[in-house]
Amino acid sequence: MTSARRYLAKVFVSLKPTVNDPEGETIAGALRSLGFQGVARVRSGKFFQIELEAADETSASEAVERMCQRLLANPVIETFAFEVGEVAPAS
Amino acid sequence: MPVDQSALDAVALSREEYDLLVERLGREPNEVELGMFGSLWSEHCGYKNSKPLLRLLPSEGERVLTRAGAENAGALDIGDGLCVVLKIESHNHPSAIEPYQGAATGVGGIVRDIFAMGAYPRAILDSLRFGPPSDPQSRYLFEGVVAGIGGYGNCLGIPTVGGETFFSEGYRGIPLVNAMCVGIARADRLVSARAEGPGNVLLLVGADTGRDGIHGASGLASRTDPEARFEEMRPAVQVGNPFLEKLLMEACCELAAEHRDWIVGMQDLGAAGLTSSVVECCARAGTGAVLDLERVPRREAGMTPYEVMLSESQERMLVIAKREHVDDVRELFKRWELHCEPIGEVTAGDEVVVREHGRVVARVPVRIATQPPEYRREGRPDPAILALRDRDLSPLPDLDPARASEMFLALLRRPNIVSKRPVFRQYDHQVLASTIIPPGGDASLIRVPGTNRGLALTTDCNGRFCYLDPYAGAALAVAEAARNIVCTGAWPIAVTDCLNFGNPERPEVYFQLEQAVRGIADACRAFGIPVVSGNVSLYNETEGRAVYPTPVIGMVGLIEDVARHTKVGFPRAGLQVWLAGAPLEQPVESLAGSEYLEMAHGLVAGRPRVDLGAERALLGFLLAAHEQGLLCSAHDCSEGGLAVALAECALLGSAGFAGTATIPGRLDAALFGESGARAVIAAERRDAERLRALASAHGVPLTLLGETVSEPEFRFGPLGAMVEALREAYEAGI
Amino acid sequence: MRFAIIRFPGTWSDRDCQHALRDVLGQEAEIVWHRETSLDGFDAVVLPGGFSYGDYLRAGAIARFSPIMEAVTRFAAAGKPVIGICNGFQILCESGLLPGALIRNDSLQFRCEWVWLRREGRPTPWTAAIPEGAVLRMPISHGEGNYQADEATLDLLEREGRVVFRYCDAEGNVTPAANPNGSAHNIAGIVNEQGNVLGMMPHPERAAEPLLGGDDGNLLWHSILSAALDTVA
Repeated sequence: MTSARRYLAKVFVSLKPTVNDPEGETIAGALRSLGFQGVARVRSGKFFQIELEAADETSASEAVERMCQRLLANPVIETFAFEVGEVAPAS
Repeated sequence: MPVDQSALDAVALSREEYDLLVERLGREPNEVELGMFGSLWSEHCGYKNSKPLLRLLPSEGERVLTRAGAENAGALDIGDGLCVVLKIESHNHPSAIEPYQGAATGVGGIVRDIFAMGAYPRAILDSLRFGPPSDPQSRYLFEGVVAGIGGYGNCLGIPTVGGETFFSEGYRGIPLVNAMCVGIARADRLVSARAEGPGNVLLLVGADTGRDGIHGASGLASRTDPEARFEEMRPAVQVGNPFLEKLLMEACCELAAEHRDWIVGMQDLGAAGLTSSVVECCARAGTGAVLDLERVPRREAGMTPYEVMLSESQERMLVIAKREHVDDVRELFKRWELHCEPIGEVTAGDEVVVREHGRVVARVPVRIATQPPEYRREGRPDPAILALRDRDLSPLPDLDPARASEMFLALLRRPNIVSKRPVFRQYDHQVLASTIIPPGGDASLIRVPGTNRGLALTTDCNGRFCYLDPYAGAALAVAEAARNIVCTGAWPIAVTDCLNFGNPERPEVYFQLEQAVRGIADACRAFGIPVVSGNVSLYNETEGRAVYPTPVIGMVGLIEDVARHTKVGFPRAGLQVWLAGAPLEQPVESLAGSEYLEMAHGLVAGRPRVDLGAERALLGFLLAAHEQGLLCSAHDCSEGGLAVALAECALLGSAGFAGTATIPGRLDAALFGESGARAVIAAERRDAERLRALASAHGVPLTLLGETVSEPEFRFGPLGAMVEALREAYEAGI
Repeated sequence: MRFAIIRFPGTWSDRDCQHALRDVLGQEAEIVWHRETSLDGFDAVVLPGGFSYGDYLRAGAIARFSPIMEAVTRFAAAGKPVIGICNGFQILCESGLLPGALIRNDSLQFRCEWVWLRREGRPTPWTAAIPEGAVLRMPISHGEGNYQADEATLDLLEREGRVVFRYCDAEGNVTPAANPNGSAHNIAGIVNEQGNVLGMMPHPERAAEPLLGGDDGNLLWHSILSAALDTVA
């Protein structure tokens, strides 16, 4: 029997590529007016760090995937990506 | 080559409609043209099911400056060279899919309709319907919609001053989100949505065009299969940008107010985007237009002409500028940090020609595009609803006096009666320094800047009444709105209506639609109020179940001296409290469709009655009493009946109430019955005789109920509680 | 007195401020577009409420870079009166003219309602006509009015008497229940070290006429008018 390990998930939620992003557009405009002329496009989003316990990395990833689908992202307009890494073994 | 069924389904045209189109065109439309015709012939743009019925509504009046349906919104003269502009619109289907953005973009759309006429938007009202708040999905929709309205409206700096929030099984899975906007303009600066004058230039202003909401008009609003709506239509969801809308609003209002002579017309881009705005502006002026699509600023690469013509990207306006002032107009928008691109020009003739890099991609004859087939259907009432309507309520046991107070407090906690403060405190209802009566009473009251005048605003509709009897329910919605307006001291001058129904191809739904329109028409005629604008939302169904028929009535009233208004709350102790209108004793039938009947007996049943003569008499009496300075407070009786109306007068005022009248007949009917044509008024003791004489002259029954008292108590017949106990129930939250 | 009311893209209480100052109090009040670079000829500056740049990123974060803000900074450094109301307060914090930050209300919801404020702290030109301990009634209308700063800053503000308005109940008691947004120490308004720059979340311009619910807000304008007279004298 394996003991639970502790993982850190970094979750990125952003609007789907074709969905209008007024916040990103406004920030892009502000950056350009500050002199950052190279700014081509800004897309805004949310970032979450979730610490969780799971038997292994696969089940941690599955859990995070479900969290994204059920709560963290609005599937109607948003998309998500995440990475999971082990922090320290839980004693 | 004959077009296949899936292509027709995509634009929601029937085979018969397609054949008619081919016959009128004298050829097959190409893909772009088919998309454009499909949108323009949709119910949303073309009103093909409702137009014959809408002609029944009275639209004439001495103050009316616009013809119904001829402009983006209705306009009425309010004196001093000013006019009020109003319209209500639904955003039900988008809100069912994504409540925050659906409601937000609904607010954005109705606000654009108002400033497209050159009127500065002064107030927003929202009329909302959801399933029971105990249902998690309904609560999710409710909270998302309220947040979306606030998120968008608050950012614009337009006060959200009123509306309604109603919960019922009849709306489970089918939320209704109707937004009304009221603006004020100088009458000589009103802008028409007309593409006058060949050679004048079409300017597209505001947001870039993306692939948002393609087929919003034809697809989203015409399909009833919930799976199809939720899966296929997801790309149709739009994210609103209230910040951009704010700039657009300021710029367009400045253009109209200060440089009216630079332009010939303005029109917002709503359902069916560029297609409907250009074609409709041409139709109104009897002109044509040529568009060069490569000049339309895009948000995404690789968009086809079809997508550009049908995109429903938000926060865009079409401005038709005089040729010699194009640079001036562009400079003005540039100052507001907005894009403004010439995309085409007005032509003589009757055709909208769409080009891309010089190549013609569509030719749309304006007259064919704007004259969709009209359908007159046979309505037939649903026998199951008739059975509910005709149910005999008299065997129901009367209210036990010993339990009356307990039931009363329970009624005050009902989601449809409880204070809506948790909703309206999320809306900025004060910006623009004109809100005199904030949300929470009957009608709200705003002042007309620079004058002593005011506008009273309300929306009303009891869907339970309309379900049981769509004619009476719709007429009662008009009556209740008028009572709310008159209780402030204003006189109703205009109606804007939003007709929310199921699939009209079903006879029982068409019956509801037809009856409701007749009810609105009769009530508006009886009170002399024109219907100056409106919107129709059909196919509000889920799993084959239609929404409660809900003809929402938005109403505006005018008061000459806004400082002399009347409020709902009892202002002080020592006043006499009267019931004006129907007598205190009520038949059991008055419980029809009432909140009490549903709470106490789990029933939505009985036949609501409307008496337009009695309603009109009450309106006349209330206004005369107001003008003679006899009213210290006034509140109409609606959901929860007389007892709840009295409680609200105490809760919103500064005095308790001690009833002296004995309650005859059935207790439940007298306390909680919801028959119309009634209002609670408070008046000075010394004015009692004048009040009686006035009531008698208007043929309005008047019953002394009791008096206001300094003790924080509420006593009426078997009901007794401290005002604080009422408040605890009333402010319990939704 | 001549007031400059700064209009950023997305500002909405510019006209309400102009109405209170010009139509109610009879002062000169001019709306100044954010692209302007000079405030010459003005006696006081108002940064009004609204959603500058849609409150995108953070409320006030983009507006602080507007061209006019350099002039506002010079105006403030010269000791002339500056008031930031609601979004204006947020801009003053983002630009460093006032310490701290305004974050999302603890209810996570927008709040539009009347609140009570207790006038506290040291004398300032913006509060000269308001007795210490007086309780004023004014509306709030914001989603991000939760004032926060680190402990050292809060201590400094308290020690120097720079908290000039605190949320309280009708009797003037500063209680958690009277705090509409979760602000540290129930802070509703603070001044800078010199006392000439005031930032506050409540809207004095919305409390300018009894017909609209009250006129306690005029006490602030009367204060600055009387302070200006004192300076002249």
